[in-house]
Amino acid sequence: MSSQHNPEETLPSEQAAARGTVAQADDPFADPGLPAHKPRIQDIDERAAKRSERVVAFLFVLSMLATVAFIASFVAFPVDKSVFIWPIGHISILHVSLGVTLGLALFCIGAGAVHWARTLMSDVETADDRHPIEAAPEVKAKVLEDFAQGAAESGFGRRKLIRNTMFGALALVPLSGVVLLRDLGPLPEKKLRTTLWAKGKQLINMNTHQPLRPEDVAVGSLTFAMPEGLSEHDEDFQKEIAKAALMIVRIQPNEIKDPRELDWSHQGIVAFSKICTHVGCPISLYEQQTHHVLCPCHQSTFDLSDGARVIFGPAGHALPQLRIGVNAEGNLEALGDFEEPVGPAFWERG
Amino acid sequence: MSTTTATEKTKRQAPAGERVADWADGRLGIYSLAKANMRKIFPDHWSFMLGEICLYSFIILILTGVYLTLFFHPSMNEVEYHGSYVPLQGVLMSEAYASTLDISFDVRGGLLIRQIHHWAALIFVAAMLVHMMRVFFTGAFRKPREVNWVFGFLLLVLGMFTGFTGYSLPDDLLSGTGVRFMQGAVLSMPVVGTYLSMFLFGGEFPGGDFVARFYSIHILLLPGIMLGLVVAHLILVFYHKHTQFAGPGKTNTNVVGMPLLPVYMAKAGGFFFLVFGLITIVAAIASINPIWALGPYRPDQVSTGAQPDWYMGFSEGLIRVMPGWEINFAGHTLVLGVFVPLMIFPLVLVAIAVYPFIESWVTGDKREHHLLDRPRNAPTRTAFGVAWLTWYFVLLVGGGNDLWATHFHLSINAITWFVRIAFFVGPVIAFIITKRICLGLQRRDAEKVLHGRESGVIKRLPHGEFVEVHAPLDQADLHKLTAHEQYAPAEIGPEVDENGVRRKVKRSEKLRAKLSKGYYGEGNQIPKPTAEEYKEITSGHGHH
Repeated sequence: MSSQHNPEETLPSEQAAARGTVAQADDPFADPGLPAHKPRIQDIDERAAKRSERVVAFLFVLSMLATVAFIASFVAFPVDKSVFIWPIGHISILHVSLGVTLGLALFCIGAGAVHWARTLMSDVETADDRHPIEAAPEVKAKVLEDFAQGAAESGFGRRKLIRNTMFGALALVPLSGVVLLRDLGPLPEKKLRTTLWAKGKQLINMNTHQPLRPEDVAVGSLTFAMPEGLSEHDEDFQKEIAKAALMIVRIQPNEIKDPRELDWSHQGIVAFSKICTHVGCPISLYEQQTHHVLCPCHQSTFDLSDGARVIFGPAGHALPQLRIGVNAEGNLEALGDFEEPVGPAFWERG
Repeated sequence: MSTTTATEKTKRQAPAGERVADWADGRLGIYSLAKANMRKIFPDHWSFMLGEICLYSFIILILTGVYLTLFFHPSMNEVEYHGSYVPLQGVLMSEAYASTLDISFDVRGGLLIRQIHHWAALIFVAAMLVHMMRVFFTGAFRKPREVNWVFGFLLLVLGMFTGFTGYSLPDDLLSGTGVRFMQGAVLSMPVVGTYLSMFLFGGEFPGGDFVARFYSIHILLLPGIMLGLVVAHLILVFYHKHTQFAGPGKTNTNVVGMPLLPVYMAKAGGFFFLVFGLITIVAAIASINPIWALGPYRPDQVSTGAQPDWYMGFSEGLIRVMPGWEINFAGHTLVLGVFVPLMIFPLVLVAIAVYPFIESWVTGDKREHHLLDRPRNAPTRTAFGVAWLTWYFVLLVGGGNDLWATHFHLSINAITWFVRIAFFVGPVIAFIITKRICLGLQRRDAEKVLHGRESGVIKRLPHGEFVEVHAPLDQADLHKLTAHEQYAPAEIGPEVDENGVRRKVKRSEKLRAKLSKGYYGEGNQIPKPTAEEYKEITSGHGHH
């Protein structure tokens, strides 16, 4: 270990004799030793000691009373009763009384015990010796000898065939555990690339559950939609809405800067994925004048009038746009699925 | 037979407590254990109670957590709510969320226990961080306690993840958003990201599995490991005996204080009740995580001002201020904007874990240290610690950039850029300032030792000059202020060996010498006063 080349040279010189320092008579900085014990008032005045005793006992009694009050509150107050207490506001009377009484019951035990220890128990400081953690050399020698003997008796070093096959077996056996984890979930395959949207699926208003018509979408409003056929009662609703959630705004066609966006819109109505491309929060804040939308989680901001490109924040790419049109009944419909995966980016996204 | 009856007779005469102890001793050897520990001496200092807060909040978490498992249903089955909280009646939600509402509104005292559990979790992690600061800044992590430092570090990390899996269980809108964030971060991992996400969630996010899986991680796996670590941590504290500050009679080879029985039994035992009582009162009057106000999780809904619990705030900061870099190549995407923060996150933590080993390598010191350093007497270490804290708090600011913006009417763009710059510059500035403050304090100590303490008494000399009288320190204070050790910087040594042959100087050796100079070289510590200096000054020539 040449990097540890002569480490002793950097150590303070006086430390060489650190163990068991002997104070030199002419050293003004020498350790004067433990100071004499200073008695407390309770040590010399029995009345003060009695006073402390009463304080401790009072705290313990208070704790008992608080426990009784806790049980009484539990029985007396109904679980749904709330009262108005100025300036806190409406509170659940049961919750607060249970908490305060239990808190007091506990706190008073602690306060009593600490006061007892501080005023009545001996506060004379004494010293214990420390002993080095390291074993004495002869102990170490004995252990090494025992180990060598045990190892030799096992034949571990000599019978290499046994040793190597044992290592092999021990290395392989955890594989079973790893294999067992395989059924934690399915393989990704193309799951993150597709959503429920498909050609001809109508846009259903999330609030009214009715198909959206172009005239429902006013300039300056933000509308959320889900694909036709999806219901909140479906077993996989959460999984599907996590990918299919859609936000719809209407922008004057001449304000749309991105030609493809205009092409994929219907009379200025544009539909974008609601799921942020950063780490997947739903985007919910819309600024009407600038057509910016903001993700409230990490403040990624997208310009909906310019292909939903990122103009601020940590998102890495634009929100995917859904191509929409109008069907025979005059309702808004999708003209296909998103052309790129929605939500956060991943390795296979490309 | 007469001997057995005789011993039985003596046993019957002994008091009941002693007989029970005898029984236990015959099976467990408790007398030998008690001999070593019952009157074990513990030193006293306010900062030594920080670790106790960690231990007690951990116990409180276990107690309240067991209670909560009696009522909580870790299931993501969708149910329609028909409990007593009117605003959510008829709303579709997971059973996990519904049972959390039941705990909050229908189980008497359930809300209190939930609130105690959550408050205790916040305090647990905070206390661990502050406890680690105490250990760090006083050098208590040095030999023989490095392993215990690592145990403590693991407890901090596991505590954070236990907290995260715990607050995700109610499946409310806020915590679900946090889980989504985590899933997005997992997706960013090159090659394995999508696979990990599918395996973690049993398919696509959110799926129907994660609450049950987080539940077993939160109540069994992580706390089980933590309980083992806590026990090991405490055994080592007992085995090593507690550190102490230097002072009269307090040396590296003894431990001065009061005995476990009765003083610390009462003080530490009492302190458990104080902590429990205070947390309970706080839980009663300060509502935290009101999941009923947030609503059940829906992946297409979100609330503004979404914040994780504070201990996850620095990872939030990392992810918020990182530019959204994405590299597309050969049909693949490298999501640097998320992956880089995900990699810095463990680095921030590992920096804490390895520090003791770095410092002991720099000093080359292989001795045991039981005397604590005052932070000023280890300026470089202290400066590193403050730099790390600065880094951490800058990231916390970044994690709450929206709240800073709305509460202080600041531009979120400005805050983001401040955090980006301060991420690199802040720790450096903090390092320099802290080191200078430490050196200043060292100079003041030296001044105090040599010239005494300022008494506040102004004396007018016969020729009209006013001077302040300095009162000399007593020997106890003199000893306290000069008891610290000062290392000499490590030298690389001669480049030629005794035979005149050029020795190869390893790069690690050069690095070590350089670091050592930074730690202990000229200007990086103030030489402490020597006895000669002191005697010369106090002998009375020209000294006011």
